[in-house]
Amino acid sequence: MITAHGIQSYAWLLVAIPAASALILLTLGRAADKWGHLLGALVPVGLFVYAVFLFFSVKGQSNRKVDLHMFSWIPVARFRVDAGLLLDPLALVFVLLITGVGSLIHIYAVGYMAHDPGRRRFFGYFNLFVAAMLLLVLADNYLAVYVGWEGVGLASYLLIGYYYTRPSAATAGNKAFFANRVGDVGLSIAIMLMFAYFGTTSFAGVFGHFGHGGNATTGVATAIALMLLLGACGKSGQFPLQTWLPDAMEGPTPVSALIHAATMVTAGVYLIARSAPVFDATSAARTVVTIVGAITLLYGCINGAGQDDLKRVLANSTVSQIGYMFLAVGLGPGVYAIGIVHLLGHGFFKAALFLSAGSVMHAMNDRIDMRRFGGLWRVMPITFFVFVCGYLAIIGFPFATGFWTKDKIIEAAFDKGGTSGYLLGIIALVGAGLTAFYMTRALVMTFLGKRRWEPDVHPHECGPVMWLPMAVLAVLSLVGGWLLIFGGGVQEWLTPSVGPSVEAGVHTVSKPVLTAITLVVVALGIAGAWVAFGTRTIPEEQPQNVTVVTRASRRNLYADAFNEAVLMRPGQWFSRALVFFDNRGVDGVVNGLSASFGGGSSRFRRLQSGFVRSYALSMLGGTVAVIAVLLAVRFQ
Amino acid sequence: MTHLLLAAGNTAVSTPSVSYHALAPIFIVLGAAMLGVLVEAAVPRAERFTVQLMVTIVGLVAALVVVGLLHGTRTTTPSPTGNDAFFAGSLSIDGVGLFLQGTVLALALVAALLVSERSVDVGSPIVASAAVVVGSADDRRLTTADRVQTEVFPLMLFAVSGMLIFPIANNLILMFVALEVLSLPLYLMAGLARRRRLLSQEASLKYFLLGAFASAFFLYGLALLYGYADTVDLPGIFTAQQTSGKSDVLLYTGLALLLVGLLFKASVAPFHNWTVDVYVGAPTPVTAFMASCTKVAAFGAILRVLFVGFSSAEWNWRPVIWAVAIASMVVGAVLGLTQTDIKRILAYSSIAHAGFILVGMVAITKQSTASVMFYVLTYGFTTLAAFGMLMLVRDPDGEATQLARWSGLARKSPVVATVMTVLLLSMAGIPLTSGFTGKFYVFRAAWDTAGPLVVIALLSSAVAAFFYLRIVVMMFFAEPPVDSPTIAIPGWAASVALTVGVVVTIVLGVFPQPVIDLASKASYFTG
Amino acid sequence: MLAPYLPILLLFALATGFAVFSVGIAPFTGPRRYNKAKLDFYECGIEPTPQPMGPSRFPVKYYLTAMLFIVFDIEIIFLYPYAVANKALGLFGLVEIILFVATVFVAYAYVWRRGGLDWD
Repeated sequence: MITAHGIQSYAWLLVAIPAASALILLTLGRAADKWGHLLGALVPVGLFVYAVFLFFSVKGQSNRKVDLHMFSWIPVARFRVDAGLLLDPLALVFVLLITGVGSLIHIYAVGYMAHDPGRRRFFGYFNLFVAAMLLLVLADNYLAVYVGWEGVGLASYLLIGYYYTRPSAATAGNKAFFANRVGDVGLSIAIMLMFAYFGTTSFAGVFGHFGHGGNATTGVATAIALMLLLGACGKSGQFPLQTWLPDAMEGPTPVSALIHAATMVTAGVYLIARSAPVFDATSAARTVVTIVGAITLLYGCINGAGQDDLKRVLANSTVSQIGYMFLAVGLGPGVYAIGIVHLLGHGFFKAALFLSAGSVMHAMNDRIDMRRFGGLWRVMPITFFVFVCGYLAIIGFPFATGFWTKDKIIEAAFDKGGTSGYLLGIIALVGAGLTAFYMTRALVMTFLGKRRWEPDVHPHECGPVMWLPMAVLAVLSLVGGWLLIFGGGVQEWLTPSVGPSVEAGVHTVSKPVLTAITLVVVALGIAGAWVAFGTRTIPEEQPQNVTVVTRASRRNLYADAFNEAVLMRPGQWFSRALVFFDNRGVDGVVNGLSASFGGGSSRFRRLQSGFVRSYALSMLGGTVAVIAVLLAVRFQ
Repeated sequence: MTHLLLAAGNTAVSTPSVSYHALAPIFIVLGAAMLGVLVEAAVPRAERFTVQLMVTIVGLVAALVVVGLLHGTRTTTPSPTGNDAFFAGSLSIDGVGLFLQGTVLALALVAALLVSERSVDVGSPIVASAAVVVGSADDRRLTTADRVQTEVFPLMLFAVSGMLIFPIANNLILMFVALEVLSLPLYLMAGLARRRRLLSQEASLKYFLLGAFASAFFLYGLALLYGYADTVDLPGIFTAQQTSGKSDVLLYTGLALLLVGLLFKASVAPFHNWTVDVYVGAPTPVTAFMASCTKVAAFGAILRVLFVGFSSAEWNWRPVIWAVAIASMVVGAVLGLTQTDIKRILAYSSIAHAGFILVGMVAITKQSTASVMFYVLTYGFTTLAAFGMLMLVRDPDGEATQLARWSGLARKSPVVATVMTVLLLSMAGIPLTSGFTGKFYVFRAAWDTAGPLVVIALLSSAVAAFFYLRIVVMMFFAEPPVDSPTIAIPGWAASVALTVGVVVTIVLGVFPQPVIDLASKASYFTG
Repeated sequence: MLAPYLPILLLFALATGFAVFSVGIAPFTGPRRYNKAKLDFYECGIEPTPQPMGPSRFPVKYYLTAMLFIVFDIEIIFLYPYAVANKALGLFGLVEIILFVATVFVAYAYVWRRGGLDWD
């Protein structure tokens, strides 16, 4: 760890500038309406440029961990929290992703929100989001991570509920908020555990207790790790807290892109990767992480196949892709970096997919029902091209991004060895096939086939402010994966943060064979979707005589129903019981307490009646009491 | 007597040597107040408001600057010369005194801006002419007139000058004078509300009567202490406790009565009853001024009496502080629960906060002194801004302070609701706000000597948090009423005041270190 | 032991005696002419003001005047001891008393300019 110098010592600006910009946009009011969006979009671009310089500055050092101490936050006695930033490879990778992809989405949003009267407010929230997310990844202690974490939660609540006049948007905002709260409780408990056991919350301090020469027991490690995992599940939309994520599509599309591709949902993966030393110390927690990842990745795939809402398909694909990342980081030492690489690749292609979906929505008068799309490739060639690039990337088409990043995860799952390794590997493989299936379905229903448009829509290609960022992302979707893994670049770069990447060694299934199997599975998925949706006419209404699987998939695999029955109902009963208790119990206690002050409720009421004489009497009583206490203590 | 007079006529009397520069802040504020009175006499009505505001602000800023220049001073004044040393050392300018003076001045500056807010109501929240009979034809005409009783500014400055002397008075007579100098203008100011004037006048009269009652206790205590120690100097009283052969009954009864007078000003239970009625009746900016500045001054005086005059009797007065602290916290938190008016809730919250501040006084340490000083600073800014926010939410007939009127406010004005939320969270002591830092610091300082008290304090802050959060929940999750109140756009003065309050609340929550350092550096007494 | 107090007691007795004597002798020596002025309340020799309006309420201007009187009365009272000791107090005393008078003067200016001295 070395101290920051040169341009590194200005890293705090990464958080301060977007925060200041958000403050300006949200407080200036209508005075900033004219130029607010420009400021809002300029900020992440500027930050990205700075982040690139910062990256090379840190890269040029032998020790790639830079500590930037800012100030002592709460220095009372033993409780001491220093606010500082940690510029290490992991943090910088995230900073580049957030500012880079974030910039493109910001620019896109300038066009997308052009006709929205609240555009300035929107960019204010957007910058707030970026500030919170950057604080989250740059902080050098868990408490500051928590602050960023809460900030991200707040900003996402504001953004998802951006159309707050729409009840569904408000509900979705609340749902995201509550799911996140559940996760936050986990994170805060983890932080309390750290403080209780180690007396510190800084990364360096906490990690010093793990690994060689550490004194933390496996039990402590498991407890902390599981609580961190709960936090990560809330933020990243993982099982069992995954249901808020598809609902979060209620926000404007750039929000979905930002939340899903570049920022919020990746926070959970970041947290686990960041806490690698803790997870390394407990195989039990790692196993839970892999199980959560595996369940979520299947859940997302199956759900995605039944949705008619294009954005919901993509949302479910996010759930499943994050499941892959969890699976990777759960596989333990040596595989963290692979998860992060997939996260970066996913950032590119998911942003491309979302932005092109937004472009489609824009063209179709904000409708997102794929049953009423079709044949759009002819009128929106650029959007189609971008979507195809994203599509190729996500299904793992040879040499596109997913091919390099996702297949490594499948490989790593098999490499875990034993029955569990095979199980996880097969799940990951099945997931890849399902991904190909539902993405092909989405592609076919949206862009190919016959036009099933509603009569009043006249789709058109979007303007250059929107398609230029999309095009950049499309190119990245195609070649980004190759760039990321070229010569083990990113994995090697991440070594100081998460340990060396172990790819070499014995493979359970030899690499070419596995690649071939994967491609066959993917091809089967594509073929299945093509047969089901490409060769037949797609009904404009949802057919009702469908299989159980489809029905379940449409209902989010009954997760909402499950939540309602298991969490919400008892919650409502509980709160009703509380109200009852409040009326009978607390009020009784309150009244009783009140009464006891005046020695009987009637006299007490009289004391509160506003008469000066009563007040004076109470003062006199108090005076006598004070004298009595003082004298009694003195002459006891 | 005769020979004394004759002697005075013939021989030179040794005149006291006063350290004028150390007292400059007080002189500046008093001078500005006098100037304000002359402005009332000489300047035409149309320009009076502007001129008064300028005089007030320039005076307060100048005094604040001088307090800053005086940092690090340790002096008592007047210096004893010759045999005439009766008032020698009656003012002690030390770290604690200067810190609290600075706090009072800074808060008064913000409060003055709130008082001068003219955009939210016709004229101002201050009445057009206080002497007009309520309900008369003149009164009805003047309610909507642009005129303002601009005497409020000199009155405020007089009160501030009293508040500047109060925490540095080492001599009980002088402390009493300061008490009256700060109280009398406040009595008047409480009666200056433009709307609901009868309520305001009632508040004024109540405050006056009860204040006089409390002053009488203070004076009686002073007399008893003089009887015990033959001096009214706090250091003299301290020495007398080691040497005097007189009965301790005198000493402790005297201390008790003295404390009653001071606790009354700080609105500590069971001497708190006036607080709610007066805070509700007074014009809102005046309430903000009282709730912040008076508290600072009063706790400064209590700090000096206990920590300088009675530091060796710590074991004897500690139970009393325990008792009144608990009473305050419990009364404030529990009674606040059942209130339905935001102004009343804030008044009860101020009673509860008085209890929290007293928690910091159970142990005489540098840290506890610093923690109390820090707490009054943070609380002052937060409460100023919180009362200021009440001015913005209005019904046709004035401020809409009913809790029900605030429901669904977030939908109408997200900014107002968010700012209010920040302030309420600070009062509730949620991390990242100054309220948390202050509470944490005070409780930490008291923990070693008074663990159980801290536990009670934590419990009551949990109860109190409930009623703050109730407002937040109302604002964000409840349906707005059909005829929802209007949100006034504040003018520059209130905007600046509110911004300062909120920014201080957040900055001292996130980055309190410099101010904590300053408070610990300033936590020394002289004299 | 009581010796120092003897002159005081003596003075007390003398004053009482004088008062009793003056009041007691008047009916015997003075002329007896009763008229309206004679039977009226005695108010410093000036004509009595009208009775208060309503049940025991005086117009506020009486209080205002009375208070102003007291303020200036006290000012004068403070000036006497200063006058006695002005030499001994020197420049310091002069500055202090000027400040004091100036302070009261400010109040005077305020009252005067704002109409506090106008009766109607």
